[in-house]
Amino acid sequence: MFRNTYDSDNTVFSPQGRLHQVEYALEAVKQGSAAVGLRSKTHAILLALKRSFGELASYQQKMYRIDDHVGIAIAGLTSDARVLSNFMRQQAMSSRMLFNRPAPVNRLVAAIADKAQINTQEYGRRPYGVGLLVIGQDKQGPHLYEFSPSGNSYEYYAISIGARSQSAKTYLEKHYETFADCTLEELIKHGLHALRETLQQDKELTINNTSIGIIGPGGAHETDVTLEGDFRILEGEVIEVYLQSMTPKETGEAPHQPPPAGEVPAAGASTTADEDVQMED
Amino acid sequence: MPDGSFAHPQQRQFNPYTDNGGTILAIAGADFTVIAGDTRQSEGYSIQTRYAPKVFRLTDRAVLAVNGFAADGNMFVKKVKQRLEWYRHAHAKDMPLHAIARLIQTMLYAQRFFPYYVYNILGGIEEDGSGAVYSFDPVGSYEREACRAAGAAQSLVQPFLDNQIYFKNQKAAAGQSHPAHLPLSDVLAIVIDSFTSATERHIEVGDGLEIYVVVAKGRSPQGLETMRNVQELSTRPDGDRMFILRRELKKD
Amino acid sequence: MDHFPTNWGRPRNDAADPYGTYPIHQRPATKDTFAEGVQRTQQPIVTGTSVLAIQYKDGIMMAADNLASYGSLARFKDIQRLHKVGTSTVIGASGDMSDFQAIQTLLDEVVTDEFTHGDGHDLGPAEVHEYLSRVMYSRRSKINPLWNSILVGGFRDGKRFLAYVDLLGTTYSAPSIATGYGAYIAIPLLRAAVDGRVDELTEENARALLHDCMRVLFYRDARSLDKYQIATVNASGVHISDQIHLDTSWSFAEGIRGYGAQTQ
Repeated sequence: MFRNTYDSDNTVFSPQGRLHQVEYALEAVKQGSAAVGLRSKTHAILLALKRSFGELASYQQKMYRIDDHVGIAIAGLTSDARVLSNFMRQQAMSSRMLFNRPAPVNRLVAAIADKAQINTQEYGRRPYGVGLLVIGQDKQGPHLYEFSPSGNSYEYYAISIGARSQSAKTYLEKHYETFADCTLEELIKHGLHALRETLQQDKELTINNTSIGIIGPGGAHETDVTLEGDFRILEGEVIEVYLQSMTPKETGEAPHQPPPAGEVPAAGASTTADEDVQMED
Repeated sequence: MPDGSFAHPQQRQFNPYTDNGGTILAIAGADFTVIAGDTRQSEGYSIQTRYAPKVFRLTDRAVLAVNGFAADGNMFVKKVKQRLEWYRHAHAKDMPLHAIARLIQTMLYAQRFFPYYVYNILGGIEEDGSGAVYSFDPVGSYEREACRAAGAAQSLVQPFLDNQIYFKNQKAAAGQSHPAHLPLSDVLAIVIDSFTSATERHIEVGDGLEIYVVVAKGRSPQGLETMRNVQELSTRPDGDRMFILRRELKKD
Repeated sequence: MDHFPTNWGRPRNDAADPYGTYPIHQRPATKDTFAEGVQRTQQPIVTGTSVLAIQYKDGIMMAADNLASYGSLARFKDIQRLHKVGTSTVIGASGDMSDFQAIQTLLDEVVTDEFTHGDGHDLGPAEVHEYLSRVMYSRRSKINPLWNSILVGGFRDGKRFLAYVDLLGTTYSAPSIATGYGAYIAIPLLRAAVDGRVDELTEENARALLHDCMRVLFYRDARSLDKYQIATVNASGVHISDQIHLDTSWSFAEGIRGYGAQTQ
């Protein structure tokens, strides 16, 4: 592993003005499998790649429902994500108890960002090792936010986090201008195409390793969706129809772009888990 | 002390309770349950409002009716709903009816020394598909029953139900026995008659009637859908079905 | 809440003499106020009487007079009992005026907090009412009530809102609501005019109706005043009127034995 001076304590700046512990926490997000988020005028969706730790193991949980109108996808330490999702659920419930109002999505994100910031400044704490994509809807329509352990949060048209997320981002940047007017099905198709970019060469998206989270009115292939278009997670058989809709990847002529800097597997990477990304020094 | 005398020391104390009148009722059938309540809310001789619901949908197959002190009732329902939401977060499914009943017991008993002044009746469909009614006292004692009335007109309605549902003081015709369960149409007629009668004889009952009907998965709603003022509340077509039936009651 | 001022007891017997108006040797033995522990509000002291409110075609309208009584003494005759909360809500209170002022301060804080988020989300009448209900109910549950009956009215997203909350945390919503003596005297008049006709009732109708009810209340409620204000909430926002005077006629009293100049 890599080691810097000025990195044993998150309350101390390096002479370059960096907080190394915080930057390591951002690396922890990049170790997690990818999650992608997109937004149209009517919908906000999440797509995530679930890892399995072997043939005999189940797939990890990548998405959590926070309230009827909010859901998250995670990349990084699942246990840290549970702490954050639990906190968000409490905030959402408290808003309903006190004001009988669904918590405004931006305030939920701001609340966890503030919690994360405290961890970057107080002695004896460590930053969260997880990044979140948060989708939600309120009076202003659908929203998509990214939360990161540094305490930053931003709203996006489309974004991805996690391992090899830069490839997905490249796809999203190329197409995001069309997302606003997409139907739910088209939006999911774009999402799957973006998520596919984060896969290793020999892998593909299946009904087992893909999760889709949706907020907004029910789509053509959906049943049982509430009128308000509450958050739901699609997994297993029901996503087959979306996977089928994908345009097959041109295998022959389109050579894989080399992954951008920062995500190039280091020379000795073969000894560690294949999808893991090594940090630079 | 209007006379200004201190001969008999008195203590004035704030009373944190009041009674907001009204009546609730639930009847379990073989594969359905009916849960009903009037919508009048009163204090003393004043009608505060003609529409304040006392019956609440908790899950796709559970309905809770609360009667007594309205502020406690509303708060209690709100807290039960939040506990059910946490259950949903933890288990990704709705809490079963018998478990909700036990939850309500513990929530009520937790306030044993400052009770929720509320009589609860929980109705719905059990996991085995049978209709069920659970009734509670304000500190959590509960049992599963076939029918129960509570509230202002309990003393008027319960004897009627004992006679009509349990066939108390009725003799079956020679060679026949009383049915174990009544069909939905009979139960609805009994519920509506109970409330019109209670409205006649009790000043705190009236204005409006809300009847929730939960029908077990795959069972027929026996023509309920075609009745007037019926609204279906089911969230999925293939699960248990829930309906709400609204009727006017006299407003005097 | 006990709306009969006769049951509220006499004004507090002040044992202390903070301004030293007695010669020292005559001063009563000072009593330690906290000797018997902390006191909670067990009865209202300075009180406001009825508040009336109705829904009408374009929104809601609320009325309350400008009197705060100290027992049977008409103590403060220029008190405002209607209060704007946020951009689309108004509250009106009867009961203890110091408790009401504490509630105003509290709500103003909540509205300010909401504003400082600066994200376009703010509190409408439904949210204000829910919050106030939580506050009132939690205080009653501590046996330390805020001694008020409060009406919350508003108009938001094209929807009218009118609801009640009191010192017990009891809540309800209706087309017309009144607190205090208004619940006995004004409600029959209001229900006759409003129930089932909310969508026809114009602003002028509503104003005239409330004016009539305030006059009846002034004739019959001994803790009321002939000076009141009306709050209107509709699509154009919250508007609290200037003080309105009631024109009353007492000439009928002349002919009543024991009321006018006659002594026998």
